[in-house]
Amino acid sequence: MTNHYIDLKNSDVILIMGSNAAEHHPIAFKWILRAKDRGATIIHVDPRYTRTSARCDFHVPLRSGTDIAFLGGMINYILNNRKIFREYVLHYTNASFIVSKAFHFKDGLFSGYDPKTRKYSKNTWVFDKDSRGVPERDMTLTNPRCVYQLLKKHYSRYTLDQVSSITGVTKDDLLKVYEAYSATGVRDKAGTNCYALGWTHHTTGSQIIRTMSIIQLLLGNMGICGGGVNALRGEPNVQGSTDHCILYGNLPGYLKMPVASQDTLAKYLEKNTPKSSDPQSANYYQNYPKFTVSFLKALFGDKATAQNGFGYSWLPKLDDGQATSLMHLFDDMYKGKIKGLFAVGTDPAVSSPNTVKVRKALENLEWLVGENIFDNETYSFWKGPGVDPAKVKTEVFLLPASASMEKEGGQSNSGRWVQWKYKAAEAPDDAIPVGEITIKIMDSVRALYAKEGGKNPVPILNLKWDYKDSNGRFDVLKVAKQINGHFLKDTVIEDKAKGTKTVYKKGQLVPTFGMLMDDGSTSGGNWIMAGSFEANGANKMAKRGKEDPTGLGLYPNWSFAWPVNRRIIYNRASCDLNGKPFNPKRKLLEWTGNAWVGDVPDGPWPPQADKQKGKYPFIMKADGLGALFGPGMAEGPFPEHYEPLEGPLSRNPLSGQLINPAVKIFNSDLDKVANADEKFPYVCTTYSCTEHWCSGALTRWQAWLLEAMPELYVEIGEPLAKEKGIRNGERVKVSSVRGAVECVAMVTKRFRPFLVEGKTVHQVGLPFNYGWLHPKDGGDSTNFLTPTVGDANTFCPEYKAFMVNVTKL
Amino acid sequence: MQITRRGFLALSGALGSGVALSSLGLNLRPVKAYAEEINKMQRVMAARQVTSVCCYCSVGCGVICSVDKNTGKIFNIEGDPEHPINEGSLCAKGAGLFDLTEANKYRLRKVLYRAPMSDRWEEKSWDWALERIARLVKDTRDKGFVSRNAKGELVNRCESIGHLGSSNVDNEECWLMSVACRSMGLVYIDHQARV
Repeated sequence: MTNHYIDLKNSDVILIMGSNAAEHHPIAFKWILRAKDRGATIIHVDPRYTRTSARCDFHVPLRSGTDIAFLGGMINYILNNRKIFREYVLHYTNASFIVSKAFHFKDGLFSGYDPKTRKYSKNTWVFDKDSRGVPERDMTLTNPRCVYQLLKKHYSRYTLDQVSSITGVTKDDLLKVYEAYSATGVRDKAGTNCYALGWTHHTTGSQIIRTMSIIQLLLGNMGICGGGVNALRGEPNVQGSTDHCILYGNLPGYLKMPVASQDTLAKYLEKNTPKSSDPQSANYYQNYPKFTVSFLKALFGDKATAQNGFGYSWLPKLDDGQATSLMHLFDDMYKGKIKGLFAVGTDPAVSSPNTVKVRKALENLEWLVGENIFDNETYSFWKGPGVDPAKVKTEVFLLPASASMEKEGGQSNSGRWVQWKYKAAEAPDDAIPVGEITIKIMDSVRALYAKEGGKNPVPILNLKWDYKDSNGRFDVLKVAKQINGHFLKDTVIEDKAKGTKTVYKKGQLVPTFGMLMDDGSTSGGNWIMAGSFEANGANKMAKRGKEDPTGLGLYPNWSFAWPVNRRIIYNRASCDLNGKPFNPKRKLLEWTGNAWVGDVPDGPWPPQADKQKGKYPFIMKADGLGALFGPGMAEGPFPEHYEPLEGPLSRNPLSGQLINPAVKIFNSDLDKVANADEKFPYVCTTYSCTEHWCSGALTRWQAWLLEAMPELYVEIGEPLAKEKGIRNGERVKVSSVRGAVECVAMVTKRFRPFLVEGKTVHQVGLPFNYGWLHPKDGGDSTNFLTPTVGDANTFCPEYKAFMVNVTKL
Repeated sequence: MQITRRGFLALSGALGSGVALSSLGLNLRPVKAYAEEINKMQRVMAARQVTSVCCYCSVGCGVICSVDKNTGKIFNIEGDPEHPINEGSLCAKGAGLFDLTEANKYRLRKVLYRAPMSDRWEEKSWDWALERIARLVKDTRDKGFVSRNAKGELVNRCESIGHLGSSNVDNEECWLMSVACRSMGLVYIDHQARV
């Protein structure tokens, strides 16, 4: 989230799209209802009428997978009806930048596409620059090559008629949402968006979110109270696990994973440290080398020296362009390349797409190590439906773990609040925290390499790995401090603005990432977490102060929010060029002439009007401004509507490109696709329920929750049920070209058919919370139906739009 | 059933008519349940109270675990009224958190091992399992290690072992897994952030 949960109460219009907040984030929804109590308009756009819809001012159903068309139509409406917040757009976004003449868009494709690799060369997605190397700008926004005009041209194709025909939303409903939401494009109104897996689980997921970001920039809703783009994330510490990058493409703190062509630290830093020639751009990522070297010092300790490039060469390197996500993992496991797997607190035999393929792949493993508090369908795959254990060679270890309340540690919520948990009780019998399991396994592996040698033993043996207390148990505070970072020698930090000099002793904690160094004199396991401790060792994550000086619900003394306890990021954009708040009634920040007062500002510099020292507000962008034109994306700088991999249409009404041209196509014999196929005529989507969590791997073992939601069901609209002769409560089979599940039919008014390209399209939906292991008769994984395909940028699987048939059993 | 004088007064005040009716042969169960709640309230007041955070979605609701001072066991978990986000309230899952403690009969308590071709789990010691896991990791890693790619570039990666998870463990545990994987050269690293 750019903002945080309590801040939802400050909004004037909340667009809930790609989320069923009332059922999946009930406590977050409480803050949405507080906004409603204040008079805010709450809108739900979702294929299905849910309990969220019931509490909103209005619900607008749309066909799964057409969000970019819907939002692109909103951009067109905003631009045509002059709803933009012009002052903001002009000064805080790249609307005025002049784009290279070589850039173009034709029939669904941007310049630079290579159909063989399904990838773009981005070298035409660039701005014209002046002699200093600063992007050329047209502050009148009339130059036909400026971003604003190109944006306008791009979305002029998203007319009401076109969008209505694609999405199945009536023109009246489109206008109702567009009018209500675009009314926030003024100084004293805030609009926000809440999304969840309903946006990320598409082949176009990242670009859906970017389309909303463009809308937020056009309306001046980024960086303000009650605004932002807010992901309601679905796991307790998914923010923290992402920050620490248990991900193939990043190292902790979102540092880039090195690739083979970057064979030295110097080359890696050169490639990943952005440059700006504009003196008003803070370009905060110019500090990338400090974050990287401090990470390497945390990783390898004294073994990392300037002479050996701080151990950079010991890190694994991906090939340039290589991806090794969950879907690649199971694809390569299915092909026999992956021999061993750690599956920690996860149940991919239920949660990964294309279950037939995933479960076959698991049978190819030589060994599997599971760590969890309950057994699940992954760990017990060898005795699953249709599997003969006598034919499965896999050695399986299932290690008992402590539950959340049985261990101490930090947990980060979606609003970036890192909260400290205390241990309430011992775990039962032999169960220990996952952190301690990791330490024990690595201790054993390290001992073997120390004794026997082996392939590239250096990084294993040089890993700094001293995170046990005097009793040999996992010392969570030692790790937390290592993540925060230390001064590795006595250091004097001079603050020229304040005229102070502070001495930090070797071994003291680094109180902010601004003090990290690139010469090996500081360590920092994850730069964004620097400042989670005071220099003297006080743990800010454990803070429980209830003061609220701004009255806006920031609670600056409750826990620690990264970065540097900033509660709303990009907050300098809440003020005008002179640092005065656009909306004095919600004063998040104000420049008093020599300092910012309010939230922790996005950098200490004066506001932008000060041409000498002032900086632009979007300090993490090299150009310092919000990116309406976003050249970092895999499929183009402007989001474009493409159909899902599997959909009801055989042609894209907007262009000759049916699906996202940049997605990777997996092509094993089990990766079948049936687009616009009469055998699978219904659009299908998947979701959760309040009583279960994710794959149900924790909640299905709990009697109270299971009693409330005992088994798998498919929601079918009344017209389709009537057509198929299916009555409420009857058993049915739902099948895709890849697999099938049997379940109970729930005939409902919540799904209504869509009129798409002149034809009636039915949509159905199933929860994804069930698996064969427990309860015995609760149904199996909904992912038997879903395809192995994902977003072109993130490889998030397309769980939210694919095609099925439903038949009576 | 233990009822103190104060608890009894509260009980009879709130449910006076119910008690009177029960003497006429009507159902006493709701009254007993209410009295048990009062009993639990007193245990809660006498307990060691430990703050934690809910382990389901990412709202980060505060909870209070009540721990019996004699047994050291958690016997109640409820919303933290001091917490600025949830202000004491919890959803259905959060309100049921107690069922994740060792009171749940399905909790894993021992190291389990399934041998090749076997149709069952068997209990093992930590030491046995760690030794065997380390051996398998090392043998698999050494056998499948890729020092240089097809272009001859130094890549130092292990492509034969994958690591999945987890977004439902604490930050410090995530960081340890993230760096341990890198030290072994693993690249097939992923977790729930993507699914």
